Amino acid sequence: MNELTIAIIFYIFAAVTVVSAAVVVFSKNVIYSAFSLLFTFFGVAALYVFLSADFIAVTQIVVYVGGILVLLLFGVMFTNTIMSTDLKADVLHFIPGVVLTVLLIVGMLYAFYTTGDWMPGHIQLSGSVVERIGIETMSRYMLPFEMASILLLVALIGAAYLARYDKANKKEH
Amino acid sequence: MEMFTAIGLNHFLTISTMLFALGMFAVMTRKNAIVILMGVELILNAANINFLAFSKYNGGMEGVMISLFVIVLAAAEAAVALAIVINIFKTFKTVDVSSVDTMKE
Repeated sequence: MNELTIAIIFYIFAAVTVVSAAVVVFSKNVIYSAFSLLFTFFGVAALYVFLSADFIAVTQIVVYVGGILVLLLFGVMFTNTIMSTDLKADVLHFIPGVVLTVLLIVGMLYAFYTTGDWMPGHIQLSGSVVERIGIETMSRYMLPFEMASILLLVALIGAAYLARYDKANKKEH
Repeated sequence: MEMFTAIGLNHFLTISTMLFALGMFAVMTRKNAIVILMGVELILNAANINFLAFSKYNGGMEGVMISLFVIVLAAAEAAVALAIVINIFKTFKTVDVSSVDTMKE
């Protein structure tokens, strides 16, 4: 593939990501937001492939689309009662939000494009990164890796405790 | 034209800025707690893109590893946050964060 083809594919995925993220944020219907988040996650995974992080892209699809998005959809369907559908225009502090968002975009883009003249390093990541992830996980990142497993266990127990059904009082607690 | 066809670091930084700003906007303005959680996920994805972009153009593995841990943390965060939101819904019968203003029923 020549450079132009790669650039066109990149822009397509970038547009998918940003447009569907905008739908997530601006849609009035929470269900539309949740399904639009699907396309955002897939677009971001495609961008990860452009950054030669193929393993992270697959992890993104498995964890975000297969786990977090399903969880969010369950949350939406649990909490979206028919009563609350008339509460559609649920936006708070709209003008300050717009002002702060625009300031944020302008400030960050200014910093990225003017302050730092980012020099690409002599070595860049290329090809598959899976093997190097395995080596790093078992050497330099051993302790964070084990801590992540404990954290996941704690989060699992905590979430199950928080959302449990209280048998003793015969009510949902 | 060169600036648009040669995909470089700044392209990825621009996209991550847009994602971050959109997520920030959702967190600041939306009332529905679930949409606020979606905004947090967008912010985490933007941070991940930055990590991986700098890692790619630096040649190091630090960004890749940290983005992996960010995904793990995002999964844990989503599970606990959803449990809290469902508890809020059971107590207050709404997930409107502007009307949840007491710590007991």
